[in-house]
Amino acid sequence: MRLKRLIAGTILAGTLAGAALPAFAEELFVPLFSYRTGPYAGSGIPIANGMHDYLTMLNERDGGINGVKLRIEECETGYDTQKGVECYEQVKGDGALVISPYSTGITLQVIPKASVDKIPVLSMAYGLSAAAVGDTFPWVFNPPDTYWDGASAIITDIASREGGKENLKGKKIGYIFLDAGYGREAIPLLEQMSSDMGFELLQYPVPGKEMQNQSSQWLNIRRDKPDYMIMWGWGAMNPTAVKEATKIRYPMDKFYGVWWSGGNDDAAAGGEDAKGYRTLNFHGVGADYPVIADIKKHVVDAGKSQVDPAKFADNLYNRGVYNSMLIAEGIRRAQELSGKTVIDATDMRNGLENLDITEERLKEMGMEGFALPMKLSCSDHSGHHKVYVVEWDGKDWKKAGDWFSPDVEMVRPLLEKAAAEYVASNAPWPERTEACMSN
Amino acid sequence: MLYRESGQYKTSYIADQAIFPIREDRIGMAIIGAIALAIPFFASDFFLNAIMTPFLILALAAIGLNILTGYAGQLSLGSGAFMGVGAYSCYKLTSIFPDVNIIILVMISGLFSAGIGVIFGLPSLRIKGLYLAVTTLAAQFFLEWCFIRIPWLYNYNASGAIEVPERRGFGDIILTGPSAPAMTQYFVVLGIVVVVTLAVKNIVRGRIGRQWMMIRDMDIAAELMGVRPLTAKLSAFAVSSYLCGVAGAMFIFFYLGAAEPSAFSITLSFQILFMVILGGLGSLVGSFFGAAFIWGLPIVLRAGFPALGIGIGAETVFHIATMIVGALIIVFLIVEPHGLARLWSLGKEKLRVWPFPYG
Repeated sequence: MRLKRLIAGTILAGTLAGAALPAFAEELFVPLFSYRTGPYAGSGIPIANGMHDYLTMLNERDGGINGVKLRIEECETGYDTQKGVECYEQVKGDGALVISPYSTGITLQVIPKASVDKIPVLSMAYGLSAAAVGDTFPWVFNPPDTYWDGASAIITDIASREGGKENLKGKKIGYIFLDAGYGREAIPLLEQMSSDMGFELLQYPVPGKEMQNQSSQWLNIRRDKPDYMIMWGWGAMNPTAVKEATKIRYPMDKFYGVWWSGGNDDAAAGGEDAKGYRTLNFHGVGADYPVIADIKKHVVDAGKSQVDPAKFADNLYNRGVYNSMLIAEGIRRAQELSGKTVIDATDMRNGLENLDITEERLKEMGMEGFALPMKLSCSDHSGHHKVYVVEWDGKDWKKAGDWFSPDVEMVRPLLEKAAAEYVASNAPWPERTEACMSN
Repeated sequence: MLYRESGQYKTSYIADQAIFPIREDRIGMAIIGAIALAIPFFASDFFLNAIMTPFLILALAAIGLNILTGYAGQLSLGSGAFMGVGAYSCYKLTSIFPDVNIIILVMISGLFSAGIGVIFGLPSLRIKGLYLAVTTLAAQFFLEWCFIRIPWLYNYNASGAIEVPERRGFGDIILTGPSAPAMTQYFVVLGIVVVVTLAVKNIVRGRIGRQWMMIRDMDIAAELMGVRPLTAKLSAFAVSSYLCGVAGAMFIFFYLGAAEPSAFSITLSFQILFMVILGGLGSLVGSFFGAAFIWGLPIVLRAGFPALGIGIGAETVFHIATMIVGALIIVFLIVEPHGLARLWSLGKEKLRVWPFPYG
C-alpha cells in the first residue's frame, strides 16, 4: 500500500512540476551544459565552476549586462551525447541565447540542429574545426582557436625547438588521443603536416572505456620511442596518461598536451616527476587578475559558488571564466547592435559574429594580460588567435615562452576544404542566408 | 462495475481469439490511441522530441529484449550493440540508396541486426544463463569495436560519427534530418512501433511464442514435446535482434540525428535491461511501462525539483535520479519481481470486483 502511495505521490509531483513551467521574463537565458558527474567530471567541474562564477559575478556586481539579469542554468550532460541532445531540446524551447555544449560529440550533434532552430553554438576552442568557416556555418563559433590551430601550434613549437621545420624530417611524433570525435578531430591536420614536413606520425588511440588503463598504449610508446608526444585527452584520460608517461620515464618536456589536457589535477597526477609537461593555453593562469579578484569577492566569498577554495582559479577554472567572458561580450555586442537590452538568439548570433574585444575593453573587464584582444568576422568564426605554452613546474602551471601564432596559412585552406566536404556529405546543407552586419 | 466482462458472450472463434477480448480493454486501447494521436497537437516540441519519441523507440527496444529474456529465457546484455547494428546498417543503406523511403530502410535494417543476432545466438544452444550473458557481452564489445574501427561503416567521416542526412518521403515531407518537424517524426515512430508491437503480440501468443515460453520454463520438457531448441532459440534471437535493430535505426534517424559509437555502449544495454526488469519480464505492456519509467524519471526529476522551488544543482538531480532508479530496481526485485506489468494486472483484477470486493 505504502509503495503504491509512494508511486502515486511521485506521479502527482511529476504532473504538478510539468504544469508549472517557468514563464519568460526580462532576462537573458544562458544555459550551461556541464558535467559534474561521470568519468569526465575531473575536467568538467572546474570548467563548470569557472563559467558559472563569472556570469554570477556579472549578476552580483553589475546587476547583469546593461541592467538585464542573466538566468544561468546548468544542464547536466555527463559528457554523454544523448543527454546533451536532451539538454539541447530542453533549453531550445526556453529561449536559450547560446549553447555551450562543452563536448565535441554534443557539438557535432547540435551543429545541424542549431542552424535550423536558429540558436548560436559557441564551442570555445573545441568542436568541429571546419566550423570556423562562417560562410558555411553561420550559427557555429569556435573562437579563439580551432583544434587544427592547436595541432599546428604544437608542431610549430616543436619545430622552433628543433631549429626549423626542415629539421622535423625523419622525426617520430606520437599522437595519443581519446578515441572519440574529440580526439580524432586533429588527425587530418597532423597527417597533412606529417606528409608535408616528413615526420612520422604514430597514433595511439585510447578508447573512452579504457582511459584509466593506458598501460598497453604506453608500452607501445616505450617501444616506439617517439621524439615528441602530443596528447588530445580529456577527463580521466589526462592524469592517467601523465602518470603513465612518468612511469616509463618519458622526457616530460617533450610531452605536449592540447589546451584541454592542461588541468591542474591532470598534471598533478604525475607530481614532481611531471615537471616540464607542456600544454597550450590562450588565457592567463593564476589568480593575479582583477577579474578573478572580483569573482572571489562577489561570488566565492559570498558563498555563491560550488568551487573548492583550494582549486579556485586553477587553469581550467580560468578557462571557464574566459568562455563566459566570450558569452557576456557576445551579449553586450548584440545589445549594442540591436539597440535592445533583452536580446534573442538571432541578435546573439550577430553579436558573436561581430565580437571585437579590444585591449581597452580587456582592461575595463580587469582582464589585462589575462587574454589577448580578439576579433571575429562573418567568414572567420574562430580567428586563429595566438596561443602560448605553459609548463608544469611540479606544483602549478607557469608561462613558458611568448604568445605565438598557429600556422594559419596552412590551416585555413584545409578548414575551407573540410567545410566544403562537410557540406557535400550533409547535403542538402542550408545556404547562409544571414546578412553580414559589419564587414 | 466499470471493468467487468460478465455478459460479454463470444459467439465465434475469432471473437474468442481477439487480442483484446474484453470490451473495456478495447475502449481503453481506443482512448490510449486517441491520446497518442492527439498529443502532438497540444504538446511542446520538447515533450515530443525529448520524451515521447525516445520513449516509444526505447519501448520497442525493450520489447525486443523482452522477447529474448522474458519470453525465451535467454539473458542478453548485447541489446545496445544490436541497436547499433540497426542504426549503422540503416545509415549505410540510405547512403547507398538515397531515394528509397527511409521507413522501408529502417524496417530492412532490422534484418541485418537479426542476422548478427542469430550468429551470436548460436552459443545459446550449448550454454545457458549467466554464461550466455557473457557471450552476449562479447557481442556487445565486439560490435562496439566494429563501430569504432571499421571506417566504412561511418563513410570515413573524420570524427567517427554518423550524421543523419535529410530524407523526404510521402510526397515531399521531410522525415529525417535537422529540419524534420518533431510531429512528423513522432507520428512515424508511433506508426512503426504500433505496427511492430501488434505483429509481435501475435507472434507471442501464437505457436512460435508458445515454443519460446516452453523453452524458457523447461527446455528439456519442451524438447521432449517436440519443440526444436535450435529453431525456437534462434528465432527468439532473430526476432529480438530485429526489434532492437529497428529501434536502433529509429533512435538515430528520428531522435538523435547523429551518433557516435558510444551511443550504443553497454550503458544502453543496461538501460534496456532495467526497463525490462522494472516493467516486467514476459510482458509487452510492461516494456512500455519500463521504458516510460526509466526514460521519464530523470526528466521528471530534473524538471520537478526546480519547479517545486527546491533549488539544487543539476548534478545533484542527476545523482538522485540514479539513486532512485537503483533503489527501485532492488525494491521491485524484492516486492514485485514481475514488475510494473504485474501491478497493472493486479489493478485490473481489483477493478473487476470493485466496488464490492467481497461480493
